Amino acid sequence: MENSMDFLLWVRGPAFDVAVAIFLIGVVARLLEILLLGRKSLHSEPKGAEFSSGLAEVFKRSVPLPDIVKRGAVTLVAGYVFHIGLFIMLFLFVPHIELIESIIGVRWPGLPNPVVDAVTVITLFALIVLLVHRYIQPVKRMLSGFEDYFTWLVTFLPILTGWLAYHRVVDPYPLILGIHILSVQLLLVVLPFTKLMHAFTLFLSRWYNGATYGRRGVQS
Amino acid sequence: MVDSITLGESLRRQGVSRRGFMKFCAATASMMALPPSMIPAIAASLEKARRPSVIWLSFQECTGCTESLTRSHAPTVEGLIFDHISLDYHHTLQVASGDQAEAAREAAMHENAGKYIVVVDGSIPGPDSNPGYSTIAGISNYDMLMETVKGAAAVIAVGTCAAYGGLPVANPNPTRAVAIQDVVKDKPIVNVPGCPPIPTVITGVLAHFLTFAKLPELDSLGRPVAFYGQSIHDRCYRRPFYDKGLFAETFDDEGARKGWCLYRLGCKGPMTYNACATAKWNLGTSWPVESGHGCLGCSEPNFWDAGGFYRALSIPTSDVTRTAAAAVAAGAVIGVAAGLANKAKKSAAAKQHQTVTVDQLGEG
Repeated sequence: MENSMDFLLWVRGPAFDVAVAIFLIGVVARLLEILLLGRKSLHSEPKGAEFSSGLAEVFKRSVPLPDIVKRGAVTLVAGYVFHIGLFIMLFLFVPHIELIESIIGVRWPGLPNPVVDAVTVITLFALIVLLVHRYIQPVKRMLSGFEDYFTWLVTFLPILTGWLAYHRVVDPYPLILGIHILSVQLLLVVLPFTKLMHAFTLFLSRWYNGATYGRRGVQS
Repeated sequence: MVDSITLGESLRRQGVSRRGFMKFCAATASMMALPPSMIPAIAASLEKARRPSVIWLSFQECTGCTESLTRSHAPTVEGLIFDHISLDYHHTLQVASGDQAEAAREAAMHENAGKYIVVVDGSIPGPDSNPGYSTIAGISNYDMLMETVKGAAAVIAVGTCAAYGGLPVANPNPTRAVAIQDVVKDKPIVNVPGCPPIPTVITGVLAHFLTFAKLPELDSLGRPVAFYGQSIHDRCYRRPFYDKGLFAETFDDEGARKGWCLYRLGCKGPMTYNACATAKWNLGTSWPVESGHGCLGCSEPNFWDAGGFYRALSIPTSDVTRTAAAAVAAGAVIGVAAGLANKAKKSAAAKQHQTVTVDQLGEG
């Protein structure tokens, strides 16, 4: 690799393939392993509906309980700001939409770049607040291990480098764009094998819990 | 051949007024981002500049660079400066051919040893490649280049092929072509990439050399910062549409007619450093983006292999959809295998499960 353009072409080419392959193999294999564990077959007659109750739980748990609002306001607010911001940046920034369309063939309208820019700044701020809070709050600090800080870092880097690339503060541009794409690839590779897998398992487990509550059958 | 006439005399002979000459000096100063106080110095140096000998070597190229330089503009002071140089060897432009042409090259090298400028357009088959892929007068491109640059004061690689390999280097690079900077290591080299480069930029580099007797400041890819210091995207008049999120989706939709940003249509402006947006083409008439087509990124290394001219910059260059399908299949196989292994473990555990009766418990 002799120059920044070679680097950019490498991350847009072979490295992209490798990262996507590891990401999808990891996600599909782990999800299938979880699903194939299966559930014990229950022979009693259920009193309630499993499916709808599971769906209701998926939404219900997105609304915080009053007690949690009181005790974990920082985590709650910054957590929501980060997740909504991540969604907007990932799916409503036009260059990202182009990328997704090229892979799955579906497109949708994006947001004006200054809006995404503002969201990015707020999201980065939320992530920093979460990190500081994790460190200064004794309980959260005690519960945190290497993986928590590592996953924070691999989430933070793509957003920061993407913002730097958009503002073209690093010269030459192909270098910072390449670093941005590479940091996303690091995130993709790490995601299936860490807590970040919750992106795929979150709603599944919520539904599972809700379905169990809704069944109201006799357990044997 | 080189004679003693100065550039000032040469321009006067061609009917350039003092005012016209000073205007050119001011334009050169601003183009090179020099302070206005430098204008008299530029004028004085150019006035006294002697005709430099230039040997122009054309290797694996299409002559587009020469066409760009010689045809695209009406006579300007830049053009006249180009006329002023002693172009002692140039396939397309010289009258001599065969042995006489080669003799002219050798004579220029001999008479101006250590002082002449070598301009190269086109890439060359690398030293480990078959020399027969491209020869001139029976001499391989590599041998001719190395022999000619030996006594050169500086080398100017004109066009992307000479600067970075360009089209000949594009995958699968059948001639194992290389750029000039890959083989010439001991001479100052200026890369003037573009397919073709802007004529003003070629003459601007020559003017800089004539004025200051040294090469201009270069960026990390060996390009003069004065011309390649800013990206197309940063100087594009369509940039406000990018910022507002207004994009042409096809080449004939409403957005295209309104002149919106061409990013989605594959414009490589964000990654491309060149002066097109400011210097423009054909005497400032227009430039690619202004004419409704995205930038191809022609002044960047490997632009032929950068993933397709009509695919947005954010799109991977490889066939990710195929990789993704294969990865999902592989993931499914691994997942099912893990599931079966878990099932086997479960049934093995169930088999080993021993039941005890109440009496047996009582015995314990």
